[in-house]
Amino acid sequence: MSAPVTESRLTRRFEKLKEKDRAALVTFITANDPDPAVFRQLLEGLPTAGADIIELGMPFSDPMADGPSVQLSSQRALKVGVTIDDVLSAVSDMREWEVDTPVILMGYYNPIYRYGPAEFAEAAANAGVDGVIIVDLPPEEAEELNHHLRDNNLHMIFLAAPTTDESRFPRILEHASGFVYYVAVKGVTGTKSADISEVSARVASMRTQTDLPLGVGFGIRTASQAAEMAQFADAVVVGSAIVDIITDGIDSEWRAQPGLATRVLDFVKDLANGVQTVRLESAENASTGVGA
Amino acid sequence: MAEARNTYRDGPDDLGHFGLFGGRYVAETLMPLILEVEQAYEAACADPSYAKELESFRTTYAGRPSPLYFAERMTDHFGGAKIYFKRDELNHTGSHKINNCLGQILLAKRMGKTRIIAETGAGQHGVATATVCARFGLECVVYMGAKDIERQKPNVFRMNLLGADVRAVEKGSATLKEAMNEALRDWVANVDDTYYLIGTAAGPHPYPAMVRDFQSVIGDEVKVQMDAAEGRLPDTLVACIGGGSNAIGLFHPFLDDTDVRLIGVEAAGNGIDTGEHAASISGGNPGVLHGNRTFLLQDDGGQIRDAHSISAGLDYPGIGPEHAWLHLKGRVDYVSATDEEALTAFQLCSRLEGIIPALEPSHALSYIEKIAPELPSDHLIVMNLCGRGDKDVFTVADALGTEVGAET
Repeated sequence: MSAPVTESRLTRRFEKLKEKDRAALVTFITANDPDPAVFRQLLEGLPTAGADIIELGMPFSDPMADGPSVQLSSQRALKVGVTIDDVLSAVSDMREWEVDTPVILMGYYNPIYRYGPAEFAEAAANAGVDGVIIVDLPPEEAEELNHHLRDNNLHMIFLAAPTTDESRFPRILEHASGFVYYVAVKGVTGTKSADISEVSARVASMRTQTDLPLGVGFGIRTASQAAEMAQFADAVVVGSAIVDIITDGIDSEWRAQPGLATRVLDFVKDLANGVQTVRLESAENASTGVGA
Repeated sequence: MAEARNTYRDGPDDLGHFGLFGGRYVAETLMPLILEVEQAYEAACADPSYAKELESFRTTYAGRPSPLYFAERMTDHFGGAKIYFKRDELNHTGSHKINNCLGQILLAKRMGKTRIIAETGAGQHGVATATVCARFGLECVVYMGAKDIERQKPNVFRMNLLGADVRAVEKGSATLKEAMNEALRDWVANVDDTYYLIGTAAGPHPYPAMVRDFQSVIGDEVKVQMDAAEGRLPDTLVACIGGGSNAIGLFHPFLDDTDVRLIGVEAAGNGIDTGEHAASISGGNPGVLHGNRTFLLQDDGGQIRDAHSISAGLDYPGIGPEHAWLHLKGRVDYVSATDEEALTAFQLCSRLEGIIPALEPSHALSYIEKIAPELPSDHLIVMNLCGRGDKDVFTVADALGTEVGAET
């Protein structure tokens, strides 16, 4: 078995943010949603707006773990017609102007299986991808893809859920690299709000078992929620709330209205502002005795 | 060199794989739940009181064993092989689905679950689930594609009468595939009290093996009944295949009787060549969906294609993983029948035998029409008549251009 990936754009980014004592903001959008032009504007704008890690959805016809927001974005992208090669070539283009921001791909296994796990891993690495999250590939089934990913220095990022008990968590860690993605709610994406005290307790418990960065996602919809999570998590993932701005900014025929990309990026700026300053503020508050 | 395997009946392995197929392709949130189902099922199998309770409900509630019936007029009509029907349409609720629902509801009860969810296509599994939920006093939510709700209205009303909450799924093709997506989403969001009662021999491990075990009562009975009727094993078994639970239930006890020919009939819809069909093996490729690897209808990019069949129960772009494996092993022959062929068989069976079959087994019957005339009169065929056709009368009337319910 090849060794886990320990040096990459992703590990470097987490190390750098650790030095600054702040969490990473991970923003999710679906590739080519709502159309290739707006998607490109978003990719160009996200790093400046404050996205520390870019998560790109590879659309699938049957996104079983996703709520209505991401389901719709997948449908829009599939209507435009987006293949794995389209997603990879968008990343490859982006690498011409954006070298440091890690890109991770999120999707379901079937399109990758059909593409060929070995071929996918090689093509993704060549395009400048740094890791993948495959929702329906638990550790029990992941090795078929993961060993190809490791061979190409790509991270396989695993999910841990509220239902994952402490006896199961080591099973996930055996295969994990990059970071561990804690699913903050029992539910599909974008449908419930995460409970901060529950999540923080789980993250604290996971910290005793791994040195990998711990990300939190699902159910984080606002800048203030993101900031709350950023107090203790190493990465905060926001997806459906961003995708909803896209949904609100298109007409009935799914054409983007003017200014859509700017609205999305303004929201990302808000998120980033909270994530970047929250620990600083709480440290100041602690020293002055203000706030709770 | 001879293959080391001396049985076809020892699958799946500990990880739920039938060779390349099967497995547990689910989100992490669900993994602990399906592991819990697996443990609970193993514990139940080791507890004689579970088997005893199931047997009692099969006999006194579902009406098992179902008869093995010699279809004499059909046999004469085709003028070849001797045709028997396994009468699983006579079960309580009108199909084989009750066999599985009884097994799983007793399991859910043992696990202390209070809320049951299910997906349904034709509504037969939904009705059977609603029935056992009523019997055991458990909350029942059934997801059903909006298109299927439209074409299976009698079953929707039956579920409502039984106290179930039938939720329409409008997405995509609005059929069984989307209903299953929605049921999985419900389960992810309601992990504490909810049991997902999957209706076919597919989905993540342990469902394919567990549903097969519950349905194998069909083949076990056929073995005994055929021995009583003819003093020997049948020569050919034929069953229709959507997900494939009635077929695996009939076939599994016979898998190692290699002289018995096994034929699974998929739905060819408007014809395999048209692309509008539901024949995953004849017209699909291996892929991963709904928790398992199996044959799927999909495009080159791995996006799942919509299935098409006149039969809502077969209108699914996949097939149970054990069937996929048996296909690669060559133990079962997978063939197909079109909408039109099934409609013809539906009418033939109604008129010759006084039995209105469901559209699903009508596919199996239409294939018998192709092979029976060429076979000798001592060749014994058993077809699983896995459902009755009352639910399909509107669909058939529509296809034949007749209006049902007009004032007379």
